[in-house]
Amino acid sequence: MLSYVVRRLLYSIVVLFATSFLVFTFVSVSGDPLAALRVTPDYDPNTIKRIEEQNNLDKPIPVRYAYWLKDAVRGDFGTTLLGDRPILPDLWRVMKNTFMLVFVAEVLAVLIAVVIGVYAALRQYSAFDYSATTFSFLGLAMPVFWLALMLQVLVVTVYEATGTRLFPISSLSSIDPGTGVDFWIDRAHHLVLPVIVLMVASIATYSRYMRASMLEVVNSDYVRTARAKGLDERKVTMKHAFRNALIPLVTLVALNFGGLLGGVIVTETVFSLDGMGLYFVTSLLTNDPYPVMAWLMVTAVMIIIFNLLADIAYGILDPRVRYE
Amino acid sequence: MSERQSSDMLKATTTGGVALGSDPAAVPAGAGAELSFESGVDMKARSQWSYVRMRFLRHRLAVVSLVILLLIALVGVFAPQLAPYGYDEINLEATGQKPTLDDWHLFGTDQLGRDYLSRVMFGIRTSLWVAVMVALMATIIGTAVGAVAGYYSGQVDNLLMRVTDLFLTVPGLAVLLTASVFFGSGDPFKTGIILALLLWTAVARIVRGLFLSLREKEFVEAAKAAGAGDVRIMLRHILPNCVGPIVVFMTLIVAAAILIEAALSFLGFGIQPPNAALGGLIDDGQEQGLETWWLVTFPGLVIVLIALCINFIGDGLRDALDPTQRRMRA
Repeated sequence: MLSYVVRRLLYSIVVLFATSFLVFTFVSVSGDPLAALRVTPDYDPNTIKRIEEQNNLDKPIPVRYAYWLKDAVRGDFGTTLLGDRPILPDLWRVMKNTFMLVFVAEVLAVLIAVVIGVYAALRQYSAFDYSATTFSFLGLAMPVFWLALMLQVLVVTVYEATGTRLFPISSLSSIDPGTGVDFWIDRAHHLVLPVIVLMVASIATYSRYMRASMLEVVNSDYVRTARAKGLDERKVTMKHAFRNALIPLVTLVALNFGGLLGGVIVTETVFSLDGMGLYFVTSLLTNDPYPVMAWLMVTAVMIIIFNLLADIAYGILDPRVRYE
Repeated sequence: MSERQSSDMLKATTTGGVALGSDPAAVPAGAGAELSFESGVDMKARSQWSYVRMRFLRHRLAVVSLVILLLIALVGVFAPQLAPYGYDEINLEATGQKPTLDDWHLFGTDQLGRDYLSRVMFGIRTSLWVAVMVALMATIIGTAVGAVAGYYSGQVDNLLMRVTDLFLTVPGLAVLLTASVFFGSGDPFKTGIILALLLWTAVARIVRGLFLSLREKEFVEAAKAAGAGDVRIMLRHILPNCVGPIVVFMTLIVAAAILIEAALSFLGFGIQPPNAALGGLIDDGQEQGLETWWLVTFPGLVIVLIALCINFIGDGLRDALDPTQRRMRA
């Protein structure tokens, strides 16, 4: 197991280097980040030249990659191209905010999805089962950004009709959020709608998966054996079936991290939350390659770690799985 | 004949969901009736495709979805003829109207008096066209690469798996957004290519897996012994057995492409005006304020309806193309 993990880690480092070089080339060729400055009238050409030289933009891409790599390996990802703003502090801040949002949404989504999935499997073809299936089909067919907009529309409509604002529809905090407990109550209030949006797609995916895996386990031989030896139904489902049905879900949740970030990008843009998603979109719009690179690398590292965790968790939870 | 027959039976039982009907090169036409499992019962000889059609038609939800989707597609194709107004027709006498039966403004109008029913019709046209194009491109590239990788395994396979590994380490939407900046966006065709470049890897992985298991089968060995070349084995013997999963996956790609394209266009990185796309329409509507709820609601509902229908059709196809499934679904 240990040697497997070490080998995977070493391989991951190679993959990271390959990804970073490809992405860097990709982003660098993607366009001239100084294009906007060049067409600005009265902009001093010498300043543009100075910026180019400072950032080595006049050098070939492999050389620029080497410079970038030096910054990245030292761990601070350098500064933004214009304005020389250090990237790392910004990235830390948005990561913390996004982590909070994603953590709350995923924990709630997993809990709800497990309950729905197990119950639907135990009552297969019941009204509940059909409603759950309908819900997840709907959840998977619904664009995330549209769901977010519809919730905003709902809040606005209720406000126009009754004068009460159910939930804030943008940003992470009020202008004057207060301190201590007040601050967190205000924050929670702001997070309600984004969390719901992120949860819907997750619940739709996880609950269907949970239902399928529970159905498979319930019809397996060892569950029949447990019943045959006279164990009561509650113990059979909770101890023998449920625990084993959970194993595949653990992997799915860990592997879903990359997809989740897609939802985060869209959700944070709609609700203008100061998180990773909005940071990424803003960086792309300003055509600044360095924050985009830093973002992609940080997420790549996280995705690799989550994939590894999924494999390790699988090995620990399911004794039939052995890694050489 | 008996050897062919047994290998065919074996294939049907061992490959489960993978095998689609008989290997056309190994079994002469008309052998289907002799191979049927219910012996002693006088049964009409049916081709595999008629079984598939029968099973699909029993899946009511899928059939209804197919009808609805065809209607939507027709509306898209004939948008220029059917739409009561032009896509960009400005009418300053009818600005910001709520959905109403008057003058056919069923989906309302925006601040410039543009009719949203017409805009949605043109949006369907673009979005569906892009999605189908993406699905076709991704499937063709993915099948070709996956087939070569799975059949020859070794170095080609290794390279393919490493490339798809790279794709898996960065979030898909982020790659697409970056790629849109790279290629420049706005044009439906470019957006389609960008989507296909990301999505083919998933097809390749699946086809590779199928080829990897099917190339060990006896009928491939038999074809080899009979002197068939690699290309012939891949195209005539293995590929027909992969049609089922590939078709199912292709429908799912259409749904995924619709949703991803909508998200890209909404974020401003996908299809841009003057090209109409459903995601872009929602973005347009949203910028005019949430009080005009109809501008956001209707294009979105159409997206949901399309994606829902495609998913149900995919479900029906999966059941229909799975020969191990004997139970007819009500």
